[in-house]
Amino acid sequence: MGWQPARLAHRRVETPTAQTLVLQVPGWAAHLPGQHVDIRLTASDGYQAARSYSLAAPADGERIEVTVQRVPDGEVSPFLLEGYREGDPVEVRGPIGGWFVWRPTESDPVLLVAGGSGVVPLMAMIRARRTAGNRAPFRLIYSVRTPSDVFYNEELRHRVRDDAGLDVAYVYTREAPEGWRGEPHRVGLADVTTHGWPPDLEPLVYVCGPTGFVEAVSDLLVGLGHPPGRVRTERFGPTG
Amino acid sequence: MGIVTPGFTGRPRSGAPELPPGQYLTPDFPVLSAGPTPRVPHESWEFVITTETGAEYRWSWAEMMALPQETPTVDIHCVTRWSKLGTSWQGVSLDTLLDGVDTAAAYALAHSYGGYSTNLPLDDLRAGRAWLVHTYDGADLPAEHGGPARLLVPHLYFWKSAKWVRGIRLGLEDTPGFWETAGYHDYGDPWREQRYQGD
Amino acid sequence: MTELPYLDGNMLDGPLGEVFAIDLSTATGRCAHCGTAGPVAGLRVYSQAPGLVARCPTCVEVMMRMVRAPDRAWLDLRGTTYLRFPMPLDRPPGG
Repeated sequence: MGWQPARLAHRRVETPTAQTLVLQVPGWAAHLPGQHVDIRLTASDGYQAARSYSLAAPADGERIEVTVQRVPDGEVSPFLLEGYREGDPVEVRGPIGGWFVWRPTESDPVLLVAGGSGVVPLMAMIRARRTAGNRAPFRLIYSVRTPSDVFYNEELRHRVRDDAGLDVAYVYTREAPEGWRGEPHRVGLADVTTHGWPPDLEPLVYVCGPTGFVEAVSDLLVGLGHPPGRVRTERFGPTG
Repeated sequence: MGIVTPGFTGRPRSGAPELPPGQYLTPDFPVLSAGPTPRVPHESWEFVITTETGAEYRWSWAEMMALPQETPTVDIHCVTRWSKLGTSWQGVSLDTLLDGVDTAAAYALAHSYGGYSTNLPLDDLRAGRAWLVHTYDGADLPAEHGGPARLLVPHLYFWKSAKWVRGIRLGLEDTPGFWETAGYHDYGDPWREQRYQGD
Repeated sequence: MTELPYLDGNMLDGPLGEVFAIDLSTATGRCAHCGTAGPVAGLRVYSQAPGLVARCPTCVEVMMRMVRAPDRAWLDLRGTTYLRFPMPLDRPPGG
């Protein structure tokens, strides 16, 4: 799998520290929701830096989307958010990954559990479900620090209304919005039992977020009786 | 070379004279790790030098702390390209530990709690160029930075400064360590940019 | 005191995809240390390091290491007794 050229078509602001970049990739092959792509930047002196980003949506022809969260003091993400201009080239390699994927031909109930920017590949699953007209019942538990850190806020609100069979529950860890029941907290047993699927429905479970989050949530789910083989995880680390 | 993205420079790779080629300056102290962080209490900690004949020289934590202490302030250079200048440490010079060790060895293999290892010539542990350090910036060396004690060999890339060091095996031949068996350089001089085997 | 996070084996697909023409995250690997066989996607990958270190999720011993220089790559598999890949059934065995 080689590097291929791509250009920034446009960008959407998601939060004060995150943006979705829409890249035009000539000859892009289709991908599955959950897969990621490597983006490589080359400086004029030949220096290169590459980072991996989850694809945020099904491909729209030759257009792909990634959502980039700014990593403080990062080498790549601040440039992508602040220095990278529309029309400028980068190189991409992908799609990558055959494990943390959801196939739109599946009909089992799906539980998605997102920690922070771990929502990106899960959003790709939610979008692909709608695009494919798939009726599998989907639930998303989205753990986020504050209401202003929510990615795809408007779209998720519309989808909950329009995409039959999709439920979204938010868990705020630092600061909750007015009217949210309960105190800010980390995802716990009550959240998973209230907003998830019971193990006897044999759902497919996808957990994505920082390592500690994924560890805690997958332990909870396996403890509830979800078979470890049905709980797919993707951890990400700070790679700037 | 790939397609250049206008405006992308990467981290400033300073041409400053105090930085080796290809390095950038960081004010942080990045944590690198190839596995879980070992937690070694002082009571069970020990440091062992094993010579090529199998003779062993051991120090408990208390014995090591009772040795003459030095406070080196040095620049450190990580092969992942960050450098940090003027870091201050406290510990025991390897000259002190090797004093009285009867050996004809030319090479050393430092090995650690948790299974890490790294090789370097024995001469590079001598002449005031290497320490067994337990204090960083005036406080106990945190476990993620190699505490309770790590090797400090600042004239080589920082992977040679084994974290959680437990001992040194001396040998007549060079035995590659954890990263050296997977492509990294046996010596690792940052000023000659000896990152990978063959550099 | 922070424990450095590790990642899942699925992140190996990109780096190893440069070496293998096969999707490694769907492969099964057997640990040479404890004998556990499981999906490569389930390994614990430590990437904040000079190279990638993939450890067995059961015994935490090293199963794979990969070091990437600009013009060379090293892959050390001594901690893995086998990798098993799903293959397309396009031909009967022995046929």
